[in-house]
Amino acid sequence: MIRHAISNLNGWLAILAIVLSSSAGDVLLSRGMKQIGDVGELRRKRGLSFVLSRILRSRYFLIGVACMAISFYSLLFGLSWNDVSLIGPAAASLTFVANAFAAKIFLHERVDRRRWAAALFVAAGVVLMGL
Amino acid sequence: MNLRKYLVLAGVSVFAPLGDSFLSYGMKQVGNISMRNIPDLLLAITNPWVGIGIILLLGFFATYMTALSWADLTYVLPASSLGYVLLALIARFFLHEQISLTRWLGIALVSTGVGFVTSGPEVTGRPPRHLANDGSVATEHS
Repeated sequence: MIRHAISNLNGWLAILAIVLSSSAGDVLLSRGMKQIGDVGELRRKRGLSFVLSRILRSRYFLIGVACMAISFYSLLFGLSWNDVSLIGPAAASLTFVANAFAAKIFLHERVDRRRWAAALFVAAGVVLMGL
Repeated sequence: MNLRKYLVLAGVSVFAPLGDSFLSYGMKQVGNISMRNIPDLLLAITNPWVGIGIILLLGFFATYMTALSWADLTYVLPASSLGYVLLALIARFFLHEQISLTRWLGIALVSTGVGFVTSGPEVTGRPPRHLANDGSVATEHS
């Protein structure tokens, strides 16, 4: 019983860590990639090495990757305590809701009613998965 | 949206749940890692299943970065969330994890949310003023 509670607590702590680090990472990566532009077109025009060098020199990209690394190790920690069918969808879906706010505030994306509805459905789905 | 872009989104959807599943399988072999021996997490990557999971997640990362270069974050994330249905199927039939009816309902709701967002445009934000596709110096936009 106690072991089960610890397992659950560690699982949800991991989910929290994943959501925070992953949201920060997503926003930074998105911003960095938008600054670089459509990498498919850029690769055709200037070649792959040019694209890679542009990406690797982006400050936003590098800090974003660091955030993702934290998120990844939080995921490994979580998976050692709980099922992938809980950790995977719960962390990623909550990250999606957090990202809707972050993208509106930091990336100035127009999060319309359709996207908010999507966020609510996902949030409800997460609650059901956690029951 | 063209075929290339749909393929990139499909790559994001498939690589993520497959990678997660390999990681899960590997981490079950590694065993529980407590707060006291956190450094063991670094050794976990020597497990072959965890290794394959990491390679798949690198595939996810490459396709994800590509998608983010031409679509909103609030489009890419949900649009690629259909992979969770795949994840549930993998967890149920390959990892033999029990998935309750409630969790199935949750996964169904997540998928419905995906349906909402993918019926809209992929870009809604302001177009970056500087879009440095020609390699010219980019300026900040906020």
